[in-house]
Amino acid sequence: MPESDYVTSMKNPSNIIEFDNLQTYFYTDAGTVKAVDGVSFDIPMGKTIGVVGESGCGKSVTSLSLMRLLQGPQGQIAGGQLRYNQISRKRAVDIAKIPIKEMQKIRGNEIAMIFQEPMTTLNPVFTIGSQIDECILMHNPKISRKEVKVHSVEMLKLVGIARAEGIYDSYPHELSGGMRQRVVIAMALSCNPQLIIADEPTTALDVTIQAQILDLLRGLKDKINASIMLITHDLGVVAEMADYVVVMYAGRIVEQGTADDIFNKPMHPYTIGLMKSKPVLNEQVERLYSIPGNVPNPINLPPHCYFKNRCEKCVEICSGVYPELIQVTSTHKVSCYLHAKPDMSKYRVIGGKRL
Amino acid sequence: MNHENILEVRNLVKHFPIKSGILQHTMGQVKAVDGVSFHIKRGETFGLVGESGCGKTTIGRTILRLIEPTSGEAVINGVDIFKMNKRNLRPLRPKIQMIFQDPYSSLDPRMPVGEIIGEAVREHNIVLKSEYRDYIIKVMEDCGLRPYYIDRYPHEFSGGQRQRICIARVLALNPDLIVADEPVSALDVSIQAQVINLMKDLQRDRGLTYLFISHDLSVVEHISDNVGVMYLGSLIEMAPKREIFRAPMHPYTKALLSAVPLPNPNVKMNRILLEGDIPSPANPPAGCKFHTRCPRATQVCRTQAPKFKDYGKNHMAACHLYDQN
Repeated sequence: MPESDYVTSMKNPSNIIEFDNLQTYFYTDAGTVKAVDGVSFDIPMGKTIGVVGESGCGKSVTSLSLMRLLQGPQGQIAGGQLRYNQISRKRAVDIAKIPIKEMQKIRGNEIAMIFQEPMTTLNPVFTIGSQIDECILMHNPKISRKEVKVHSVEMLKLVGIARAEGIYDSYPHELSGGMRQRVVIAMALSCNPQLIIADEPTTALDVTIQAQILDLLRGLKDKINASIMLITHDLGVVAEMADYVVVMYAGRIVEQGTADDIFNKPMHPYTIGLMKSKPVLNEQVERLYSIPGNVPNPINLPPHCYFKNRCEKCVEICSGVYPELIQVTSTHKVSCYLHAKPDMSKYRVIGGKRL
Repeated sequence: MNHENILEVRNLVKHFPIKSGILQHTMGQVKAVDGVSFHIKRGETFGLVGESGCGKTTIGRTILRLIEPTSGEAVINGVDIFKMNKRNLRPLRPKIQMIFQDPYSSLDPRMPVGEIIGEAVREHNIVLKSEYRDYIIKVMEDCGLRPYYIDRYPHEFSGGQRQRICIARVLALNPDLIVADEPVSALDVSIQAQVINLMKDLQRDRGLTYLFISHDLSVVEHISDNVGVMYLGSLIEMAPKREIFRAPMHPYTKALLSAVPLPNPNVKMNRILLEGDIPSPANPPAGCKFHTRCPRATQVCRTQAPKFKDYGKNHMAACHLYDQN
């Protein structure tokens, strides 16, 4: 494949990643599942983006698309661009089109991923050391074994493991959950990535350990100057970590903005419902708000707003076409008719009334 | 036994032997639950919190005698169920029921919903044969399930609906006490709220008593009347909800509360970061079990285990910091 096919240019050179109308579909026997359907957002350099949503909303598929780790042949990037600012080679590439050979140089090296389950991420039959070494050797084949070990031990120290030399020779089962997640983070950091994708990095951990890991990630981000894409369903974790927040529902972005926008001025009924339904420490409510109904079936999604059937504020126009993302302020976007500008002429509903 | 109490647990101990070698010699004991006492009043919810491995699930299971206790007493309605034999226990079984964490593995995939809910109803002759189907439908409706689901199979349902089926299965037996072991941990936030509200409604309408086991402090705060905090097999603090969340005493409870991330980016938390991990319950530290991670540990903590004492307003704690005299 000639380079011109996948080399492109960034819209804004201070972004590390630009998702542009990403569409990731799964072609199954039961029908096409539009797991991610037209998602666009940017990850600026050195910032943390939080992607929130419930299971099945497409947040993990978005990150797997970025890593090109989709389960083929069913899972395919069906459209859109995934622009990556490859600073090491002073160019921008479209990850959706990049050949697999090139991708292997990026994956784990420039873009690293931390998975949810530290138990299943690590291979139980190899020592911790050999697994980190492998990752470093893969991307730096010229350095000697001795140097690799020094570097691995250094990484283990960086993530706050006290007996780094001892842990280097241990097997995963000898470590606790929190320690394992530290090892996984060390592995992800071992090649100095530009971007770290953390897919529910603390969901499997206890709260006190979660606090340790979040603290560690925050400290590391500043130390190595990387960007973080944090995928989680826990609004608390996002509020604590993220600079920008993207809220997803049924494969689409329903709201995005700065952490301040989303948490202090949420606009989409889904975002508001999500926040109200989570009990918060030291805030007493007699009855929790619960969003009625369930997430729609991902096969045969309705032509109107996907949240309409669960929404308490829905109006007539909501039966029309899926609402576009509306720019509310320079940072805040929401996909809901309730916040559309008074000029509604272009949102006229087929067979319905003008709002 | 106080008549208001539906359950009184006294000095419950459960040690799991560690066996190894060809002859399966007992090499040591995992002290999963190490002398726990508490009681639950009728119609109340007792929340049991703690990190994984602290023994909270083991307590739930021993109360149902799904695991045999090593020693201790559990008095339900005036009888010690740990002393009963299997035959005498049987008529009591419907009165104490359990909801499990994972609704994907706790329903038999080959049974239709009606059968899942009704199997135990028939077994224990809860209703007359002629009323059986109507009864099942009534229970399903109480749990927010449509009557026509009765012939469907579990795989056709989402996580939240499955948990409703689990609740219906339990409810059909008219239990007095329900042990709910992390019933909402596997569910999404919006579905979590639905299930919690359902559990609260059922409690109000039917006067149920819950032993609610969870690691999620905000959920426990919402649903419980009294809360017990566990660490390494022991209760370290127990108090009415208001007390324990407003004025926690034990350093571990304080750290646990401060570790919960709040959904508000403007709040900067005064987080108490605990160092290290929970020690192994097979070899717990001497003295106060928490002293290895405690930011305020002193010499006495390393040698002497603190007593679990009442410090007023039913606020019990086990910590040397408060035990001056």
